[in-house]
Amino acid sequence: MILNIHIQNEDFDLNDEIEALVGDGTGAVASFIGLVRGGDGLTALTLEHYPGMTEREIERIAQDAQGRWTLSGITIIHRVGRLEVGERIVLVAVAAGHRGSAFEACQFLMDYLKTRAPFWKQEERGGAVDWVDAKASDDAAAGRWRKT
Amino acid sequence: MNVLYFAWVRQKIGRAEETIEHTPALRTVGDLAAMLKARGGGYAEAFADLRRLRAAVNQNHVGLDAILAAGDEVAFFPPVTGG
Repeated sequence: MILNIHIQNEDFDLNDEIEALVGDGTGAVASFIGLVRGGDGLTALTLEHYPGMTEREIERIAQDAQGRWTLSGITIIHRVGRLEVGERIVLVAVAAGHRGSAFEACQFLMDYLKTRAPFWKQEERGGAVDWVDAKASDDAAAGRWRKT
Repeated sequence: MNVLYFAWVRQKIGRAEETIEHTPALRTVGDLAAMLKARGGGYAEAFADLRRLRAAVNQNHVGLDAILAAGDEVAFFPPVTGG
């Protein structure tokens, strides 16, 4: 099992990351990239995190995914600092033997990342800077993975 | 204990971290939040509505009823908004 977790200011390259993730047993890779969305007056985001806890929390989420699906690799890269509209924020890539596990684990990791990993976003709109409020829809998205 | 603040909690309080001695009166995270709120000023603003805050002890998410011990790393922050 390959596990790559990086919190960084720098951008990432999807092809490089997938190349580093695949092995002999890999039959499928599913990936998700989150971008800074504009079009509504937003000009940039600034992301802050809790160094140490962020890495630990993402490791815990990745371990949880490994317990649910048979996976051969997980890469999670989350950028911090100031990012302008169109820039990449986050990458989740999952390698598995088959597509079903890769698709599901990728969505699970992203849903949990949004509700568990200690990151906070600030929005810039014109001259105004505001903290982004957490969304109930994100909690609902993570909640559907709860084992009953 | 080392107490850390993030995002708007840090901004309202005006500092990112401080050392607070663990005493028997600070049994839980909720006790610490109440003590900090009572300092007034930016602390009172940051801790005005505890439902808007989340906490971690030793880098694990916890509730306000979590028990504190000397040497703990305690953090207060808003609900997370990464991804």
